[in-house]
Amino acid sequence: MQELITRAKELLADGTVVRVLGWKAGDLSYNPEAAYFETAESLDEFVYNGFCGQNLSKMMIEASKLEGKTLVCLKPCDTYSFNQLIKEHRVDREKAYIIGVGCKGKLNVEKLREMGIKGIKSISGAELTDACEELHISTIYGDKTVAYKEAMLERCHVCKGKEHMIYDEIIGESKDTKDADRFAEVEKIEKMSPEERFAFFQKELSKCIRCNACRNACPACSCRKCVFDSTKFDSAQKANVDSFEEKMFHIIRAFHVAGRCTDCGECSRVCPQGIPLHLFNRKFIKDIDTFYGEYQAGADDQSKGPLTSFTFDDVEPGVVAERG
Amino acid sequence: MSIEAKEEFRPKIVAFCCNWCSYAGADLAGSSRLSYPADVKIIRVPCSCRVNPMFILRAFEKGADGVIMCGCHPGDCHYTTGNYYARRRMTLLFSMLDFIGVENGRTRVEWVSAAEGVKFSQTMNEFVEKIYSLGKNVRLEDLRCRN
Amino acid sequence: MYKIEKENLEALFRKIAESQDLILPIKKAGQTNFGLWNEGEEADLDTLKTVKSGKDAFFPQSETLYTCVRDGKKLTVEPEELRSSPFVVFGMKACDVKGMEVLDKVFLADPIDTFYAARRDHGTIVAMACHEPEESCFCKVFGTDAADPAADVAVWMVEGTLYWKAISEKGQALTEAVKDLLTDADASDEAKVSAEKEAIHNIVEQLPYTHLSLEGWDGNATDEKFNSPVWETLYKPCLACGTCTFVCPTCQCYDIKDYDTGHGVKRYRCWDSCMYSDFTMMAHGNNRTSQMQRFRQRFMHKLVYFPANNNGMYSCVGCGRCVEKCPSSLNIVKVIKAFEKHGGEK
Repeated sequence: MQELITRAKELLADGTVVRVLGWKAGDLSYNPEAAYFETAESLDEFVYNGFCGQNLSKMMIEASKLEGKTLVCLKPCDTYSFNQLIKEHRVDREKAYIIGVGCKGKLNVEKLREMGIKGIKSISGAELTDACEELHISTIYGDKTVAYKEAMLERCHVCKGKEHMIYDEIIGESKDTKDADRFAEVEKIEKMSPEERFAFFQKELSKCIRCNACRNACPACSCRKCVFDSTKFDSAQKANVDSFEEKMFHIIRAFHVAGRCTDCGECSRVCPQGIPLHLFNRKFIKDIDTFYGEYQAGADDQSKGPLTSFTFDDVEPGVVAERG
Repeated sequence: MSIEAKEEFRPKIVAFCCNWCSYAGADLAGSSRLSYPADVKIIRVPCSCRVNPMFILRAFEKGADGVIMCGCHPGDCHYTTGNYYARRRMTLLFSMLDFIGVENGRTRVEWVSAAEGVKFSQTMNEFVEKIYSLGKNVRLEDLRCRN
Repeated sequence: MYKIEKENLEALFRKIAESQDLILPIKKAGQTNFGLWNEGEEADLDTLKTVKSGKDAFFPQSETLYTCVRDGKKLTVEPEELRSSPFVVFGMKACDVKGMEVLDKVFLADPIDTFYAARRDHGTIVAMACHEPEESCFCKVFGTDAADPAADVAVWMVEGTLYWKAISEKGQALTEAVKDLLTDADASDEAKVSAEKEAIHNIVEQLPYTHLSLEGWDGNATDEKFNSPVWETLYKPCLACGTCTFVCPTCQCYDIKDYDTGHGVKRYRCWDSCMYSDFTMMAHGNNRTSQMQRFRQRFMHKLVYFPANNNGMYSCVGCGRCVEKCPSSLNIVKVIKAFEKHGGEK
């Protein structure tokens, strides 16, 4: 982290960048927030640790509109989103100075709460200075030690790898934290009967409170005006009336990012109700891989997306019914 | 299914037909006096590619029991490539609907040319039959639209 | 005071549910929220904070106000009936109950919101003391006592026994109705409850936010706070989602819309969020056009405008749900602290 701060100060001083987009220390041990830093002094508050999970690529859409270059800290998986945004002309590569920051898996405080850990006073082991094996948590109700892995975000268990797809320089070490198959959950659901699948999604989606956090956090959801925000649209985004609205919202949300979703997992990270929203995106990714060949959105900034291209002998939609 | 039950349940079916091929095909079916059930309501769209996934969900929301999309045969699109894009989109959408547990017979895509009045009527008859066997759509309807 | 063993709670729920609706924290797909209890449902009284507060029992996220039905040339308008049957909300916390006080100020002031008033009249709140307050809690800052909830019935869970104390008339009526299942508490039980209260107070003192200062935040601070440059940097990470407003026990803004059913219209109201771009949208457009303004609105409302109109009562109760749930780790505490830090700057 110190190396990052020193480098950021240098780049600010020599005028390469006019601001730094990173994280600011929070007031609890696990809640740093995204922040802009414009002076060397303000960088004293800069922090980068295991709780800096937010994908800052999306904030670069706004930062691209500002005067001058922005230094942005991107983790390996964030760089996929950034590439995708370049492809869609939503960010300006020239306006960004990308420091690829090391990542050893990001943490989810909700996972700790699920383990029954509460009254957290401090957490050590999330500083990324060591191998990130253990977290030591001191709480009002006693001290706890948990494996770093156990507290990781779902997306880190299916890590896309420790390579940054786009960067100007890299600071810090990364670790591939993959220990599960990306499509395992999707496959498990596919094997259920339609009734079971319906019941599963009904249960999960009925928790939705229509807060739109999934949409607003998503780097692929970059429309200036979302169809669900349109006041001319006859069904309001805010109505949490019955189960249909949520299904409609989540299917359409996932569909609108199909072929563009890099599977960064922000949707599931931000959901206040813990809905596994990545399942929708992964189902589309899996189908795209099966039907049209493997494709990883954001692996480059040039290739055509699967829904903006076609071949003459694509499968017919009837394949779904035949598959049974 | 018994005949009585059939009489009770009248499915609502929405058919999105492209202006250049399938709608003309439906016209031909009409002028050749080929019959297809009156449960099918046709919505004319400029191209099958115009069909937004939201249209299909919206139809189900408002009480449709089945949705079918018809367009020009691949290669014959009036706008050259529209139906190729539509084909990919519908494949993914249908797969997603299947994934969340909606019976997969409720959605269908069929390519019908302007000369295929017979195919149009056959397709519609088949589809209506299928929806009869599946019964009312309860998994994707909006309860507010009932009564 | 009465008591009941934890393992008999199911029988208590069954008894209450016989004669009225029972709403309590239910665990569903890993998350605990207030919901209607039915036989076999998993009641979860151990989770300190439900994701949403219990306010939806009185002010649902979405409710139909009336329905128009068109049948040929005939048009009928059917108003929605007001709540006329009693119900019990079990397991709210002291902060949630305080949140209801805030809502009362809004909905029971003239003009009275009849939908809300009917639910308030028919609802009995059984509130539970917070056995183990968490680091995100700061109810003491707003004068709430986590150990002694001010509801119709207050309950304490101590070592597998639930202690039950009726406070209001409604609470006494409920106590009468379930008396068969309760046993009288003796002096030693009273002592246990007192000890529990003291333990809770001790924990509350140790919480990181407990000594947050509200100095400078009151109904007279409008100009100073509104024009502060602090907002400009503070709002930056805000995603403009509605999480904070929807999990908040005091947020009360709503929108009224029409839903086209294909053969009529359902007019409904649903929670709105000041974080949304179409909040307070009018024919001429929107009077808050940037996210900074929308973000500022939320906190100014809670800490300045509301106290200005309600004898100094803040519309924040310190439940800490926004602290836990904000996807960008922003929250009202950070706002208060930011102003404290930049207090001298203008």
